[in-house]
Amino acid sequence: MFQLALSRMREFYREPEAVFWVFGFPIVLAFALGLAFRNTGPGELQVGVAAGAGDSALAATLDSSPRLVAAVLDSGTARLRLRTGRIALLVVPGDPLVYRYDSTRTESGLARLEVDDVLQRAQGRSDRVAVRDDRVVAPGSRYIDFLIPGLLGMNLLGSGIWGVGFSVVQARQRKLLKRYMATPMRRSHYLLSFILSRLVFLLLEVVALVGFGWLLFGVAVRGSFATLAALTILGAFAFAGLGLLVASRARTIEGVSGLMNLVMLPMWILSGTFFSYARFPDAMIPFVKALPLTALNDSLRAVMIDGAGLLSLGAPVAIVVAWGAVSFAIALKIFRWR
Amino acid sequence: MPAGECFGLLGPNGAGKTTTIEILEGLTPPDSGAVEVLGTPWRDGAEGRALRERLGIQLQETQLADKLTVTETLALFRSFYRQSHTVDEVLALVELEEKRRARVVTLSGGQKQRLAVACALVSKPELLFLDEPTTGLDPQSRRQLWEIIRRFRAAGGTVLLTTHYMEEAERLCDRVAIMDHGKVIALGTPRELIATLGAEHVIEFALNDGVPADLVDALRTLGGVTAVRPGADGGAGGGGLSLTVTELHRTLPALLTLLQRRALELSLLTTHHATLDDVFVALTGRQLRDT
Repeated sequence: MFQLALSRMREFYREPEAVFWVFGFPIVLAFALGLAFRNTGPGELQVGVAAGAGDSALAATLDSSPRLVAAVLDSGTARLRLRTGRIALLVVPGDPLVYRYDSTRTESGLARLEVDDVLQRAQGRSDRVAVRDDRVVAPGSRYIDFLIPGLLGMNLLGSGIWGVGFSVVQARQRKLLKRYMATPMRRSHYLLSFILSRLVFLLLEVVALVGFGWLLFGVAVRGSFATLAALTILGAFAFAGLGLLVASRARTIEGVSGLMNLVMLPMWILSGTFFSYARFPDAMIPFVKALPLTALNDSLRAVMIDGAGLLSLGAPVAIVVAWGAVSFAIALKIFRWR
Repeated sequence: MPAGECFGLLGPNGAGKTTTIEILEGLTPPDSGAVEVLGTPWRDGAEGRALRERLGIQLQETQLADKLTVTETLALFRSFYRQSHTVDEVLALVELEEKRRARVVTLSGGQKQRLAVACALVSKPELLFLDEPTTGLDPQSRRQLWEIIRRFRAAGGTVLLTTHYMEEAERLCDRVAIMDHGKVIALGTPRELIATLGAEHVIEFALNDGVPADLVDALRTLGGVTAVRPGADGGAGGGGLSLTVTELHRTLPALLTLLQRRALELSLLTTHHATLDDVFVALTGRQLRDT
């Protein structure tokens, strides 16, 4: 079994493309998303003022706010910029003033509040209650803090299913499985060797991604590393089992690719990798929570962000383990060895 | 099959050789009947594994992992067995020492095949199954493989091989079974099978303008001819004929005289010692290679 696992690892690291997709890609993704959603304070909102009576005075007033950048635009340009999101809101001078914006965009909503506030104050409205802003910038509440555990979970899913699925189907296609069957090799050893080799790469994946998040964005692990390690190992087991199940019958690479997408795509979207699954309708939430990636992502976030211990994560951990055990058992039962 | 024998399953593609050998290897369950190998029936679990310890198997279509080296591949297969040759020993058996660090993908066809046989030999098997070990190889690689098989037998091993090269069967096998359409149609030593033709030589010829209908009867009456069969195609001129003859030196001049008298022009004329190919033609009426 050790030799089988060793062969598996050799086959993997001698495939430079596979190495990139497993290690490089998530890091590039984290880097890009981290940059796109970096915390630059409240940020400046771009707004436009349509050409008309008193337009430049309006623009000057708006521009005086540190949170707004205003420009006078002719109607054609204004419409185009509003549509493409280059400006969050368009002020049309007149009586009454018209705010034109897309209410479903968060930025536009913010711009509406800010623009109205600036204009009303300029007209002499005064605040009745004294307030003070207390901005939270502690690590753990940023988007990148949310993203890194999600990417870790997604990476465990992807490398488990791709890494296991493709090599099983390739071995089947090349009649190598049949050749192994002609030896006294135990079948369970063959399947377990995948899990063993996954564990070794898992270590590298986790270190690469967590280390990257820590070095570049200061994403710390609040919980213990042992808990994080235990969770990733469970996740890798579960997804390797799922990978074996996906590959247990397929005869061709094309066939198994389709199955893999069928398994992974819903989880990428639903399981809260890039955004919280709380955005889905309430009726869907129990189903979403039963997915192994959701359970794993939730647990990873609990450990990395909130510093939770393994014991407090009973339910999601049970879900992950159950997926792994059930799919491994089914895979062993229905596996096509020829 | 007695121990120490080399037994050949011989037949055209699709005759059922691979199916037969895979049933014997316990890889394909038989539709009916019972299979015993080394006195043991095939069972799942520990008994099956114990039997596999004693076998060496090379399958027809296996492609070993491209990215592994020769040494790594052998170390992997070695790890499946309780008793085995060391990697160095088995490399010496198949003369792949200088390729030990090469990745499988860089090996030539003959070297890959020798590696596949090495994977079968690594377990020190009592019984070696080879399924078309030399198909598609160049003559030199083929001879190298024959040499490997000879050495294995010299060390007391038993071999069951399939081939569609009659020449290979004649050189390697003590006994052969000729198969066609899933049935054994002849069984014996190569010499015995050739002897069933009743003659040792074969004359094949073809005529420029085709064979006249009454020529066949005329040929049967020639001295020393034991059989007349449709034979190799002469090329442009339609069908040729194949004569099985006991005494080449008498029949050949008589044939030439006959053809000259009837003003028939030869487009092809060859003679050879009778081979298992001729036995197959005699049994099925078909050329082995045509199928």
